[in-house]
Amino acid sequence: MKVPDDLKFTKNDEWIRVDGEIGTIGITDYAQDSLSDIVFIEFLVDKGDTINKGEACASVESVKAAADVYMPASGEIIEINESLTDTPDLINSDPFGEAWMVKVKLSNPSEIDELLDPNAYKTMEHEH
Amino acid sequence: MTEPTIFELSSSGRKGFEFPKSDVPKAELPKNLLRENLPIPELSEMDVIRHFTKISQLNYGVDIGFYPLGSCTMKYNPKINEETCRLPGFLYLHPLQPIATVQGALGLMYELQEWLAEISGMSAVSLQPAAGAHGELTGGLIIHAYHQARNDKKRTKMLIPDSAHGTNPASSAMSGMHIVQIPSDHRGNVDLNVLKAEADDTLAGLMLTNPNTLGLFDEHLKEIIEIVHNAGGLVYGDGANLNALLGISRPGDFGTDILHFNLHKTFSTPHGGGGPGSGPVGVAKHLVDFLPNPIVTKIEEGTNDNPPLYGFLKPAKTIGRVKSFHGHFGVIVRAFTYIMMNGDEGLREISEHAVLNANYIQARIRDSYTVPYDRICMHEFVAEGRWQDAPEVHALDVAKRLMDYGFHPPTNYFPLIVHEALMIEPTETENKETLDAFSDALIKIAKEAHENPEILKSAPHSTPVGRLDEVRAARDMILTCTFPEVSE
Repeated sequence: MKVPDDLKFTKNDEWIRVDGEIGTIGITDYAQDSLSDIVFIEFLVDKGDTINKGEACASVESVKAAADVYMPASGEIIEINESLTDTPDLINSDPFGEAWMVKVKLSNPSEIDELLDPNAYKTMEHEH
Repeated sequence: MTEPTIFELSSSGRKGFEFPKSDVPKAELPKNLLRENLPIPELSEMDVIRHFTKISQLNYGVDIGFYPLGSCTMKYNPKINEETCRLPGFLYLHPLQPIATVQGALGLMYELQEWLAEISGMSAVSLQPAAGAHGELTGGLIIHAYHQARNDKKRTKMLIPDSAHGTNPASSAMSGMHIVQIPSDHRGNVDLNVLKAEADDTLAGLMLTNPNTLGLFDEHLKEIIEIVHNAGGLVYGDGANLNALLGISRPGDFGTDILHFNLHKTFSTPHGGGGPGSGPVGVAKHLVDFLPNPIVTKIEEGTNDNPPLYGFLKPAKTIGRVKSFHGHFGVIVRAFTYIMMNGDEGLREISEHAVLNANYIQARIRDSYTVPYDRICMHEFVAEGRWQDAPEVHALDVAKRLMDYGFHPPTNYFPLIVHEALMIEPTETENKETLDAFSDALIKIAKEAHENPEILKSAPHSTPVGRLDEVRAARDMILTCTFPEVSE
């Protein structure tokens, strides 16, 4: 499984890329592989919503299971990747790139320090 | 062989029925209510009969073969159930008939309420909920009403173990709770440390499936219930797995506050497409007043010369009606019949055999499949459909291949806490020959997974249609019927 070096991770298999005060959020390669073919995504937030760490921002469905995507950090939603609604298969093919889900303006950047770094995430992934 | 859809068989102008000439004057309908085009398929009676008979022959059910669908308790529905629910006195009842004319039906409902209370150790039972998840919603509403009545309004947190039934979170959310998931420990029990940490003064309750969806009886049941009660919460028991406990142990005796029954699982009434289901709810003494309205009650005891008089009771703090009229009465008659035919000793034997059968299959396949929580199971168990030395094979391939051996696949990919889960519940009705044939097939498939994985990847080979492209079906939906544009 791919685990890019420039990201932080949750135990629940979400990733976040932090650029200044903006965080970009998606689900990991491991998550998409466990879910198998993803056929549906529904966003549970709107642009402008303020949402806390741990709250669900989207729900994804595969032929096998449905799973919520939880916020790795709190903040205001500034962008939603609406194109995934028509092409949910991008989540399978490019989970760390084109299949980013939401962008958030971080309200508490110190939350990022509590997340897993790539090595810690890799170790956890092996325990799955 | 495939059968076209009824829309594809349609031929313009073909008819199955001619209406007689109208003997009343024709009334003109307002133009905006008329449609130019109504795409109802046009066929003769014989076309329709052949179509549906052919489809019925493609079906697979418990009456055709073994159906080990975990956590669904797909047990055989004895045909006497179908006789009794069609007795004219039940079949031609109307729910609005005067109460004096439906005393037999009320008597049956009253007895079933009493029996379910006795079987479960609960104090009183409502037969209204339409199925299991509806029972859960009813339970959630009772929990909500109980805390509100005590003016304890901050209690909105519902704890749900990750080994619980999949409907629990949705039912809780519908009853206004917010949900916190409790993980399992390495033995497949509820993680007590996480439970303790979450048991605070916002706790509304815990939804506990016991035995859980791993088919395991929680080893700390008493402690779990104490933790929840000490924090002021209520314990909801998901009774969908009651088939493991009949006549052996009673959820009410453990301290369960609310429990639903699945008459369509534990008490043999038809299930799935053959439904409808029925999900009666039982409560402990302190919740009797919150039950849905109305409850059947005995107004007057009978004497040697007169039968008892039955009527309805409105519980004092009722959450109200949860279903039109009195629930799914035909299902209630079937469950009554099943309990009466088996008696108390028979019910106990049902659970003993259900547990024995599951353990038998588990023991037979243990060397071929990983059983992640490997201990004595209850009425079902969960194995993994994956092997490190056959990485391309998944649980889905095992399930599909089982169809080639003539068996309905078990539940797969649930519970989510087991990778590539295969959840097997044989039920008590199967004999040793069937259990052996199924175990042999599973063992053979495990061998095929290593020697000839392609035969699994491309299975099933012997069914009317082969492997369905589920991804394409979910992504590119094509409807064969079309609906006309609705004009304003």
